[in-house]
Amino acid sequence: MACSEVKKVYMEHPVAVIECFEEIPCNPCQTCCKQHAITFSGGTINSTPKLDASRCTGCGLCIATCPGQAIFVLDGTFSETEGLVSIPYEFLPLPQKGQAVDVMNRDGQVICRGEIHRVLNPASFNSTAVVTMRIPKEYMDQARSFRY
Amino acid sequence: MTYHTQVAVIGAGPAGLSAALEIASAGGKVTVFDENDRPGGQLFKQIHKFFGSSHHGAGVRGYHLGEELLQKCLDAGVEIKLNTVVYGLFPDNELGIVCNDQTHTVKADKILIATGASEKPLAFPGWDLPGVMGAGAAQTMVNINRVLPGQKFVMIGSGNVGLVVSYQIMQAGGQVVAIVEALPKVNGYSVHANKVKRYGVPIYTSHTIKEAVGTDQVEKVVIQEIGPGFVPVPGTEKELDADTVCLAVGLTPSVELAKMAGVQITHIPKLGGFVPLHGKDMRTTDENIYVAGDVSGIEEASTAMESGRLAGCSIAEAIGALNADAAEVRRKEINERINQLRSGIHGEARRDNKGIIVRRYEEWLAAK
Amino acid sequence: MRVSKHPILGDYGADKKSVTITVNGQPMEALEGEPIAAALMANGIRAFRKTPILHHPRGIFCAIGRCTDCALTVDGIPNVRTCVTRVREGMKIETQDGLGEWGGIK
Repeated sequence: MACSEVKKVYMEHPVAVIECFEEIPCNPCQTCCKQHAITFSGGTINSTPKLDASRCTGCGLCIATCPGQAIFVLDGTFSETEGLVSIPYEFLPLPQKGQAVDVMNRDGQVICRGEIHRVLNPASFNSTAVVTMRIPKEYMDQARSFRY
Repeated sequence: MTYHTQVAVIGAGPAGLSAALEIASAGGKVTVFDENDRPGGQLFKQIHKFFGSSHHGAGVRGYHLGEELLQKCLDAGVEIKLNTVVYGLFPDNELGIVCNDQTHTVKADKILIATGASEKPLAFPGWDLPGVMGAGAAQTMVNINRVLPGQKFVMIGSGNVGLVVSYQIMQAGGQVVAIVEALPKVNGYSVHANKVKRYGVPIYTSHTIKEAVGTDQVEKVVIQEIGPGFVPVPGTEKELDADTVCLAVGLTPSVELAKMAGVQITHIPKLGGFVPLHGKDMRTTDENIYVAGDVSGIEEASTAMESGRLAGCSIAEAIGALNADAAEVRRKEINERINQLRSGIHGEARRDNKGIIVRRYEEWLAAK
Repeated sequence: MRVSKHPILGDYGADKKSVTITVNGQPMEALEGEPIAAALMANGIRAFRKTPILHHPRGIFCAIGRCTDCALTVDGIPNVRTCVTRVREGMKIETQDGLGEWGGIK
């Protein structure tokens, strides 16, 4: 899905973004999705995963499941100016709700300030916490990590 | 003393244990020997979630897969002799072992060599300083011994080992100052690279380490750009503030015992170096000796377990514990999973090179 | 530095007994059952020994008992691989300059 198409979707409802572009045999994302929104072309797990955004509810289960930590959930409906970006997180300390952080892009460059909106770390996630950051909407396409 | 066992498996890593479970489940008597004081090989150091399908244990952390496998082996009656070095493979299927400072002989009907691999070293000025170590060494220290072997790390090599261990060093609280890669692009999976890139770890492609500087240990590291033909480019030196250098420049199969036993060896650079010739059923040019796991070509933990099952299945058939039809069904099932693992841009190269080994084995067989 | 907290592996050390070993006569705290090399590195020691001819410092390299770079004299026995030898209460570690001595024989 092209960047602009993804934007149209996440401005309307939360949706997952799968940044997995190499053909590596792997499909836990497909298996865990309760909406059956993730498929692999050709019926083989060797192709790359495809997300049907119309089926995706943005529940975020796939964020913790992906062994490559390549899935994020974007939600542009939070407010007029801010959106939510949920990322997998496997470091200590876990952030606290309300904490102010530096938000970084895929290259680890700080792009804006953000606030921790939610931290989920249930046992079922098998030690991959899902951290949701509240950031200015214009950075949603880039924001993929944070630092204290 | 001389002992006898039906099947001797050398190495209690993922391949050895998977093979032992296969054989024991079919009713064969199997003894696994390992020089370490705990089984599992490299598997218990793998704290990341594995890729693959649910059949491959995808989404499960490596060390949990290891614990499951070990328990199944013990439940199936596999005998595991730890702290036992197999120092030699002699004619007539004889193993020389050392246990409790005493040597013994073991005679086996069938032998599986599942000795894994060793890390390749990289020599450069200062490479012998304390603080320069294998990437696997750093992984052992943080994940098993729970000690950080330094504070500021430079990782040499951006294959999956370099990328994954860098991430694990960060999880343990260490700082990865840089990843250095000689090739013009990152060597391992992009998703592994992205996990560290997004936290600000720079990956210097077309670079190499020029030297590690320090008196009693590493105090700083100098890297340098390399041009065509891997020739260092003068004037491109960069000094990095680091106290530890980890070498992730490749693994090479540990084929010493195979060589000693007279098994035909071939050289396959893409699979790590010298590899024992073996057929599709993992049998070597000695009809009683089989191989599995990284010793049969460097791949991954998932492949090690599947190739262990394949070898175990072939051995179970050879000792009469599994009939030909059942073995055929089992082999088909395992091969389907292995073929799945050996696909995609990274997997296909491994599949092609494993194919070369089998072809050379079959040529050797035909010429006999 | 000990990794007592870890996002995947959890807490470590609290349930382990502390043992005292001596390193060149000095007492050092270690966790029961850990490899000698881990205890030394947790206490900030990375240079374990000196090589026989050039007297260069050496420390761990492979950490799994294959390369012998980590060898030290333990309870009077030289060239013991400290990365795969576990500490015991009262263990005597001595650094080696060279190949060490065994019963007075170098």
